[in-house]
Amino acid sequence: MFKTTSLISTRTISGGIEQAPFAHTSVYFFAALTALPLLVLLSSFLDTDAQIWAHLRRYVLPQISLNTLLLTVGVAALTAVLGVGLAWLTAMFRFPGVRFFAWGLMLPLAMPAYVLAFVQTGLFDFGGALRELAYTLGLADWLPNVRSLPGTIMIMTGAFYPYVYLLARNAFLTQGQRALEVGASLGLSPRQAFFRVALPLARPWIFAGVLLVVMETLADFGVVAITGVDTFTTAIYKSWFAFFSLPTASQLACLLMLLALVLLVLEQRTRKARRYLPTGRQAMIRRQKLHGWRAAACFAVCTAVLLIVFVVPVLQLSVWAWQESQGEFDWRYFGFAWNSLSVSLMAAAIVLSVAWQIGRVQRQQVSPAMNWAIRISTLGYAIPGAVLAVAIFLPMAWLDTRAAAWLDGSCWFSGSLVALLAAYAIRFMAVGAGPMQAGWQRISAHHDMISHSLGVSGFALFRRVHWPLLRMPALTASLLVFVDVMKELPITLMMRPFGWDTLAIRIFEWTSEGQWQQAALPSLLLVLVGLLPVYLLARQRDDKF
Amino acid sequence: MSNNQWKRLSLVLITGLASVASSAADLVIYSARNEQLIKPLFDAYQKKTGVEIQFITDKEGPLLARLQAEGANTPADVLLTVDAGNLWQAAQVGVLQPVQSETLSKNIPTHLRDPGNQWFGFSVRARAMFFNPDKIQASALSSYEQLADRSIAGKLCLRTSKKVYNQSLVAMMIAEHGEEKTEKVVKGWVSNLALPPFPDDTKLLEAIAEPRSPCAVGIANTYYFGRLMEKQPQLKLNLFWPNQASSGVHVNISGAGVTKHAKHRQAAIAFLEWLSSEQAQNLFADANMEYPVNPNVKAAEFVTAWGPYKANLINVAKAGELQVQATMLMDRAGYK
Repeated sequence: MFKTTSLISTRTISGGIEQAPFAHTSVYFFAALTALPLLVLLSSFLDTDAQIWAHLRRYVLPQISLNTLLLTVGVAALTAVLGVGLAWLTAMFRFPGVRFFAWGLMLPLAMPAYVLAFVQTGLFDFGGALRELAYTLGLADWLPNVRSLPGTIMIMTGAFYPYVYLLARNAFLTQGQRALEVGASLGLSPRQAFFRVALPLARPWIFAGVLLVVMETLADFGVVAITGVDTFTTAIYKSWFAFFSLPTASQLACLLMLLALVLLVLEQRTRKARRYLPTGRQAMIRRQKLHGWRAAACFAVCTAVLLIVFVVPVLQLSVWAWQESQGEFDWRYFGFAWNSLSVSLMAAAIVLSVAWQIGRVQRQQVSPAMNWAIRISTLGYAIPGAVLAVAIFLPMAWLDTRAAAWLDGSCWFSGSLVALLAAYAIRFMAVGAGPMQAGWQRISAHHDMISHSLGVSGFALFRRVHWPLLRMPALTASLLVFVDVMKELPITLMMRPFGWDTLAIRIFEWTSEGQWQQAALPSLLLVLVGLLPVYLLARQRDDKF
Repeated sequence: MSNNQWKRLSLVLITGLASVASSAADLVIYSARNEQLIKPLFDAYQKKTGVEIQFITDKEGPLLARLQAEGANTPADVLLTVDAGNLWQAAQVGVLQPVQSETLSKNIPTHLRDPGNQWFGFSVRARAMFFNPDKIQASALSSYEQLADRSIAGKLCLRTSKKVYNQSLVAMMIAEHGEEKTEKVVKGWVSNLALPPFPDDTKLLEAIAEPRSPCAVGIANTYYFGRLMEKQPQLKLNLFWPNQASSGVHVNISGAGVTKHAKHRQAAIAFLEWLSSEQAQNLFADANMEYPVNPNVKAAEFVTAWGPYKANLINVAKAGELQVQATMLMDRAGYK
């Protein structure tokens, strides 16, 4: 089947990979599905309100554009530093507690950003525990203002750094010892090895993580609504809710989408120039043992991060839940938790199966059409949830109307779990695709070719070659999608079937009228249920200490 | 199996877990009012009449977009929201229908329902002023407009202008004073602010009560005050009824309308009529310490203790009509 020359000539590598028509078809199909709501958003340009635009341009856009830029750059930079730094520490070194920190630092994933925001502001607000403590200690003047741009950056960094951490750690663990050993034999110090060998090798993973963070930041409304920093999403919701102009809101959302698209293309351009295959056998990383102040410093940094973004917020939530939610907890909560859990699992499975194909297809030289299909597939993540929810809902309602004309029925599509799952997939494909794309890049075409020449193909190829190498990226992708779906609100609100509520919906019921403390109980349960997959992933990790 | 059953079955297979149940209920409600505030009401109604109610909660904007998208195919019979602006907008885009009901006309004062009878208020939400007696005297206060005076400089705290309650308040001021004077007042507020605007009324009230914060006075809905005081009666926080010598306190409504394509129109009207009745009014308003709209129904004891007040009698529809203008005005005035 293969000429011997194809094993030598790299030009024909793509010919050596199985063509996988099914993978191509499924990626095109999903891109078409995602394109529907995006087209709905684009069609808003048929209905432009000049008066609102004039107002926005003059009084709103200058300030929010600057805020959005500063916020995004700030969050991207800090999550990159924090995520990569922590990943490096826990992947390469041994110090007290590292076995716990390695997975413990993923815990904040389970905490929705809006919950972290209301807890952190609650701690620092008037009447808040930390403010009271500061008054007692006479340190009130030193209290940071959480309701500010820097405060928002800190909160989002705390909520989003695990994306970068998880992906970067994956990269460090799979790049193999060999590369670092080569570096060492060339006389590189550990620091040089990090900056000149490990970091460049991990670049696709780090970029993928930071890109997710950027998209999440651009689309966020929950955090900025609490901290009072006006961003692009604020303007989107203002146009919709205050100016009653959904078209203007959609147009603004299209601008966000365009920005995300530019970032995606840029990221691909820089990545394409290099290849990121693993260097030789995937030898286990030999962790360097740290002593003295270095070990203490590592321990202190990891502890501080966990305390600030997870332990203290969870304690505060527990206190509030105890004080405010007596009698709130009843049998219904098992239903909420079950709905959250089951729908998140199903969505994670769906996203993973498509993301798998996206990564697999993208490994080859792809046609421009396929390249666009892949980009379109991941755009849903950059659009504010409520706007995307409407854009998904519109075509479904249209289908329903057609179905109703054919039948005496009412809402077949829009009120069904199938529709909800499709909507989640459109929203969160980027989250699954990021790890999978990075993971597939590590599987060289030679793997496949050699397997083929040994007669291993089809399912055996998947089971014996691909799965062992893609297990970690696949688990990472599933985990990220799982927790993201669980925390998701606007789409769930709009598309859930009647009487079908989740923990996130329960949080909404309380917070929509500012009853943050009553929302503590569902928030706490959401965190707990979200911890399940984090724990499972932690047990699955193939780094033994 | 009949032809229709086959079609139905095939469609169920196509859509997998499609919700066939949506046609089972006697009444379907889209609500922007919290589940915990409306569920007890639905339960009581079902117990009394046997009418089975199905409902879904969401924010007003998405609910309205959903109604529009569903068009004639909507399962919703009733739209319930927590402010007049969104009801006005719902009527504007044509998703509601006029309802001629003597009961509703009798039970609900004219200024708290749509002149075109497309929506009706069921509870009154008064937006009053609150102050900390340790920081400012009641005698130094009089009206919303007066909060723009130099004497209040550095003492005023407000909730964000992005909340519809403040948009309605400013809209009603425009209705009363015109745009120019209102803009002057709002600019005065902004220059008097002690701290940047708060994300919700509760945080604002806590800041006013806190002895070490600069916030001395602010504007909030009374039920937030009620909730807070019920938990912490020791808080240094007093209610002040503004504009008693002039136009009266700004009130908004929590209200509802029958959707244009309601499948259960009669059931929907009957439900709204029941909502305006004495039995339901207390259930509706007391659940959130709001005021009943029906003048024959007394508010909860906890609420009546705040004393009587003169309310602004301009029709709340104005809040919707002028909301865009009001929000733009606040943007111009730099009110975040």
